[in-house]
Amino acid sequence: MGILIKGGYLIDGKAKMGEAYDILIEGGKITSIGKDLSPGPDCENLIDATRKVVIPGLIDIHTHTREPGYEYKEDIRSVSAAAAAGGFTTICTMPNTRPVNDNRTVTEFIRSRAREAGIVTILPIGAITKGSQGVELAEIGELYDAGCMAISDDGRPVMNSEVMRRGMEYARGFDMLVISHCEDANLSSGGVMNEGIISTRLGLHGIPPAAEEVMVARDILLAEYTGCRLHLAHISTAGSVRIIREAKSRGIAVTAETAPHYFALTEEAVEGYDTNAKVNPPLRTSLDMAAVREGLRDGTIDLIATDHAPHALEEKELEFDQAPFGISGLETALSLTLGLVEDGIFSLEEAISRLTINPARVLGIDKGYLAVGVDADIAIIDLDDRWVVDPARFRSKGKNSPFAGWKVKGSVFMTLAGGRIVFSR
Amino acid sequence: MGLKGKDLLGIRELETDEIGLILDTAESLKEVSSRDIKKVPALRGKTVVNLFFEPSTRTRTSFELAAKRLSADLLNISIATSSVVKGETLFDTAKNLEAMMADIIVIRHSSSGAPDRLARRLKSSVINAGDGSHEHPTQALTDLYTIRERKGGLSGLIVTIVGDIAHSRVARSNIYALVKMGADVRVAGPPTMMPAGIDKLGVRVYHDLDEALSGADVVMMLRLQLERQGKALFPSIREYSRLYGLNSERLKFAKKDALVMHPGPVNRGVEITSDLADGVSSVIMDQVTNGIAVRMAVIYLLSAGRA
Repeated sequence: MGILIKGGYLIDGKAKMGEAYDILIEGGKITSIGKDLSPGPDCENLIDATRKVVIPGLIDIHTHTREPGYEYKEDIRSVSAAAAAGGFTTICTMPNTRPVNDNRTVTEFIRSRAREAGIVTILPIGAITKGSQGVELAEIGELYDAGCMAISDDGRPVMNSEVMRRGMEYARGFDMLVISHCEDANLSSGGVMNEGIISTRLGLHGIPPAAEEVMVARDILLAEYTGCRLHLAHISTAGSVRIIREAKSRGIAVTAETAPHYFALTEEAVEGYDTNAKVNPPLRTSLDMAAVREGLRDGTIDLIATDHAPHALEEKELEFDQAPFGISGLETALSLTLGLVEDGIFSLEEAISRLTINPARVLGIDKGYLAVGVDADIAIIDLDDRWVVDPARFRSKGKNSPFAGWKVKGSVFMTLAGGRIVFSR
Repeated sequence: MGLKGKDLLGIRELETDEIGLILDTAESLKEVSSRDIKKVPALRGKTVVNLFFEPSTRTRTSFELAAKRLSADLLNISIATSSVVKGETLFDTAKNLEAMMADIIVIRHSSSGAPDRLARRLKSSVINAGDGSHEHPTQALTDLYTIRERKGGLSGLIVTIVGDIAHSRVARSNIYALVKMGADVRVAGPPTMMPAGIDKLGVRVYHDLDEALSGADVVMMLRLQLERQGKALFPSIREYSRLYGLNSERLKFAKKDALVMHPGPVNRGVEITSDLADGVSSVIMDQVTNGIAVRMAVIYLLSAGRA
């Protein structure tokens, strides 16, 4: 019983290791980190990680697992396999399933399906309001007892400010994190891409940046007033970054995420009516992209989440304004993040922290770093491997990626979750 | 020479000499419609399908006559978008038509980009007969033809387009076409009807109609979509008409021989008064007549390019 990972270069966002070490895993935990560890008689697996980098398993705070209700798009088993292939060992599931995860029964169903799949850790996020209708609060206390890590009405923003205020206040009683999908549904109504010269040329209804920014501002003000821990999902505009930076400088308990497509793509990806580039919030301008990158660099944006939103092929084949929003992101997130290191935005250590320790801290879970005694959630990556993104080879059922054909650098060699090998190239 | 692409999806992708070729071809084909026997055998044995996902009488009829006067076989398919059987996508419908060996598919769709997406998948030629708020290339070509016929050319003319530019495919196609042909293009309307970054298309934006009309050679009025009052784009028909409606008093700001155009159907008394719509400056009926010749030219050129 045991696994020994030999000679990998260790990086973890917490302790600065930056050297080749061996890691011994026993009973699903890391039991030793050191130089020249010997396999011992019980070691059943010796992994040669020479010239590779060993990092904590990645943590995604924003995944759409689609089960229950939309298993034709994705299910808990396929999303788990996709996560493992992308280097993720923990994913948080958004509640916009059918039925919505607004009660204990759905939460328990998700947790039991996750145990059956037995691949990665799945942490459910409950709804803020019943059915995510934005009218009455969900039974948040029961969701908390059932094991929800946070609450969010992702995809269905809580438009009524009074309901949002009460949701935040109520969640504070359990010290639960509230995750806000910032979108003013009136300002974005009918919109299918960023509003600007490209939407004008394509004749597509635009979503102005203000649709996101007014809600970022509102929710920050409500968090300040209620004292609730607020996390802002998928930040996409320069204005949002500016508002969050100012809020943090005043000491408000707000954290924020962005997704790889907001730092790797602009609205120009929509040219040619590519529905795989249809995502909500929409891809923005190059100025916004630069601001999101700067926000990631200076810590205004704490972490990178995938907003993995798989859809069936026939849904993305619809006319642009009819096709659903979303990008299948679990299997490209790491490589795209490593692209920021290539671009000189931040160091490799900082890049890894945005996908590991930072989301762990926001969620308040004891994961995201490598140390003796912690769960053996580990990704072994090959920084120099160059590969071409081919969605047909995704483990996810969702092949909807605007990155098809991209040449990227850095790949997952192996993923271990709880001491078990869950992905190996 | 012919057209470079297999399709006509928009004016944005067309080159100036391609526009010139279409207009010249239309000129030689216009005569066919005034013959006793209004038919030439140019497209015998070719199949043209009118695939309309949005109600239209004028454009559909115009394409129908154009195809028939070229002796093509024509199939009219009207599909109410709401009644498209769940599960059957636009691609399924079009692939079926292609399997039936349609040479040219003329498509009208309420979704911007539907013809582009279709054209990428099909070997048949696709003609955009209007998609969402994107483009309506044959209307713009018809308008260019009509202006050229009356004014002898396009370069240097001042053309004022008035109305809801943001939601108008006719406006977009005309802006691309007129700017490419060297006209001086102005757009006029309330700021709520101006799409983001419109000035980047090479036009000047006016919110005062009299100013926009000053010295204009051509005034192009757009149809007001009355239901947009509920979307807070304008307060009332009364106020819209007062600020942006064209009447004979206003038209005096334009040149004496200015042409008045409208792609139809006209909301009489809203964007334009009846006396002007039917008056001596109006070329609205010429637009209808010329539309057939221009569509004949487009069908002919796309078909010839594939022979």
